[in-house]
Amino acid sequence: MNGIRAAIRHPFWQALAILVIAFVAIEFGIPVLPDSADVPASVVLQYMVTVLVGVLIYVSDNEQRWTQFREPIRAVLVEPRLTPVRWSLLAAVPALVGWVAYGQVATRVEAPPILRSIHPAPPAEITFRSRPMTLTGLENPLRAVRDSLPDFVGEGKRIYYQNCLPCHGDHLDGQGHFAPGFNPLPANFQDDGTIAQLTESFVFWRIAKGGPGLPREGAPWNSAMPAWEDFLTEREIWAVILFLYEQTGRRPRTWEKTGDGHD
Amino acid sequence: MADGALLLQAVVDSLPAYREFPAIGSRAAVWIAAEVHLMFAAFVLGVPLFAVVAEAIGIFNKEDRYDRLAKEFTRLLLVAYSATAIWGVVLTFFLLTLYPRFFRYLSAIFGPSMWLYVGLFFLESFTLYLYYYGWERWKQGRAKWAHWSLGILLNVWGTIVMFIANSWLTYMMSPPRDVAPATDPTTIKVWHAIANATWMPINVHRLIANVVFGGAIVAAYASYRFLAARSDEERAHYDWMGYVGNFIAISALIVLPFAGYWLGREIYEYDESMGITMMGGFMSWLWVIQAFLIAVLFLAGNYYLWVGMERIPGAERFRPYTKWLLAILVVGAIVWGTPHTMIATSKEIAAMGGSHHPFLGVLGVMSAKNTAVNLMILTTFLSFLMYRRANKRPVVPWARTGTQIQAAMFIVAAAVVLFYGIRGYFVEAIVRIGYSVYQVLAVLACIVGVTVIDVMLGRGAVSRGDIQWGKMPPRSQYALFILAVTFTWLMGLMGFARSGIRQHWHVWQVMRDTSTSAATPALGYAAEMISVCVLIFLALVAFVFWLGGLAEKPTFVQTEATGGVHVGH
Repeated sequence: MNGIRAAIRHPFWQALAILVIAFVAIEFGIPVLPDSADVPASVVLQYMVTVLVGVLIYVSDNEQRWTQFREPIRAVLVEPRLTPVRWSLLAAVPALVGWVAYGQVATRVEAPPILRSIHPAPPAEITFRSRPMTLTGLENPLRAVRDSLPDFVGEGKRIYYQNCLPCHGDHLDGQGHFAPGFNPLPANFQDDGTIAQLTESFVFWRIAKGGPGLPREGAPWNSAMPAWEDFLTEREIWAVILFLYEQTGRRPRTWEKTGDGHD
Repeated sequence: MADGALLLQAVVDSLPAYREFPAIGSRAAVWIAAEVHLMFAAFVLGVPLFAVVAEAIGIFNKEDRYDRLAKEFTRLLLVAYSATAIWGVVLTFFLLTLYPRFFRYLSAIFGPSMWLYVGLFFLESFTLYLYYYGWERWKQGRAKWAHWSLGILLNVWGTIVMFIANSWLTYMMSPPRDVAPATDPTTIKVWHAIANATWMPINVHRLIANVVFGGAIVAAYASYRFLAARSDEERAHYDWMGYVGNFIAISALIVLPFAGYWLGREIYEYDESMGITMMGGFMSWLWVIQAFLIAVLFLAGNYYLWVGMERIPGAERFRPYTKWLLAILVVGAIVWGTPHTMIATSKEIAAMGGSHHPFLGVLGVMSAKNTAVNLMILTTFLSFLMYRRANKRPVVPWARTGTQIQAAMFIVAAAVVLFYGIRGYFVEAIVRIGYSVYQVLAVLACIVGVTVIDVMLGRGAVSRGDIQWGKMPPRSQYALFILAVTFTWLMGLMGFARSGIRQHWHVWQVMRDTSTSAATPALGYAAEMISVCVLIFLALVAFVFWLGGLAEKPTFVQTEATGGVHVGH
């Protein structure tokens, strides 16, 4: 009992315990929370490095704690009674490093992780069906006709269900029945990181130009989204945008007014 | 511009417009020259700012150690100054020979300001020589005041020089809206080009950043001298110098994000697509790296203070609290560094239902990050307050009430930050952006209010014992090294973000880059280039400091032998 109490107070075992608890919480705790998911390995690594730095600061910001912390390490390295532990570590540490290195370089069928630019910078101007269109400061023109808004939303709903449903899904959450076949996955409009962050002109640009019209900055980009300007009219696109916001309860980002009257 | 016309322009331009630098290419050559020049320039502009303040403290408080400190700062300047000039010349020659068309364009607009720049550089150099070499000669009475005025003059020249150079690079980012590709550069009025949208935000941002950078490099120099010290006096002096350098760096760092925020806002207002490329587009990952590096700064700065409390009698009463401050900083670093768009395998993306994690995604947005960084700033300020209070026992009758008011200020500021942080999730983006101003104001008000009370509380305070300068473990000094390296790296990274958002334009939407290196470099390549620049700079700084130490050593040994306490040159 006394041994356990001493271990709890000992900075070395405290440090080890913090690292283990943090790993368990990140790797296994977060995924079991409601509506959560596994944490990507890159984020687990980032979190654990941060915790490790914190732990090292904790054990070394005080001379007494630092000396105590090093005691077990020193003992393993020099004390004859711990020779088996020393040899075990000597074998285990390189094996662990080797295993991690193998995991990094081993050939897998899976595509490597990619860093995609989800919201690439929009151009200031586009051509929509050969007609120039300035995106900067552009508002959804259908919103100006307030009395007809329900009709426009209804029109947008019809267009969505005819064209967008297979990929973006019944709940507008990117879980359409075609979705599992795509990488990247279709956008989840319910997520507060998609349309809620964007102006309607941005959404218009993305729908009109689709995957083929994406700028190069996001490469490698292989979005299967068609360029809807080939199939829908300008008004139909604005109507479907109205529906997206109405159905998800999100509000589009608005343009910032500046002092000189420039939007 | 039509593709055909662009191609034609590229063909016409290719020979006279660009020349190739052997092995590494023109862009890499100019990149290295500009970055290393900028790093030295930041150092030689930042250090005079606090050298002159240190000298003033020496004059007003009649404390000779501050005067010696100011002089030692200036000695570092002297050696770094020539390196700045050399790299400036390298940059100019590279631009002239490798990008002649672009340089011709810039000089057609900014010619008169370039002549002024050279003149001011001349004045700045000689003011610096007078300031340093006249130190011992003008040490007493009115002459000392005249000497201090030279220090101020040095800062004035340096600041104007920086403002002029800033106008050139900010013009490249945000040329006035009436300037078009066809505009004849000789018809553009110089002042019109200088006073562009991002000029003043960059001026302010760089002015503060130079102080941060100068403080960090000075602290790193002091730590190097501390580790190499052979006597207790020398160790005590450099321990103190390291503390002052770190204090200056961290104090200025606290206000730096606000200046950066202003700059970012101006970029957005000037051109939204440029702003999105920077914050939401392919440059956005730089901000995750930035968050990580700034978290390192906060952690290293606090660590240095906490270890430093070991040498302050009375600090032990604050010891139990530091682990909780550390916990806030670590959680803050985790939140701040959480990317919104995560690097994930296709399997992980499928499990998350997209690139945003359904639970951790809430930490990837601005509300969470602003909350985290403001709480980290408050925590760092609290650490510093404990450090400052450690060896003092206030004697004013309202000491207890004063401390309670200070605690209340911290609680209110933290509550305001948390309130707006959480509320930010429930309002639209345009409202949320405004919330960051309230958070910042709460933190600044707390810092100012608590400091004022603390100064008044400290009046006539009884000392619990003198700070035992020099009684610092060597590991604390490595924290100062980490600070300097991280600041240097950050400067390179953020400089790339600012400059890279121009993408394939020399001058945004006015003059297109038609060279073979027109493509914006990938982040990995940029990170390697920046690291190379950091290594070159640190190696050169280490060399010039080592040279400075060589020249000084005999003086020091001689002083020590005679039993004097004077350290430094």
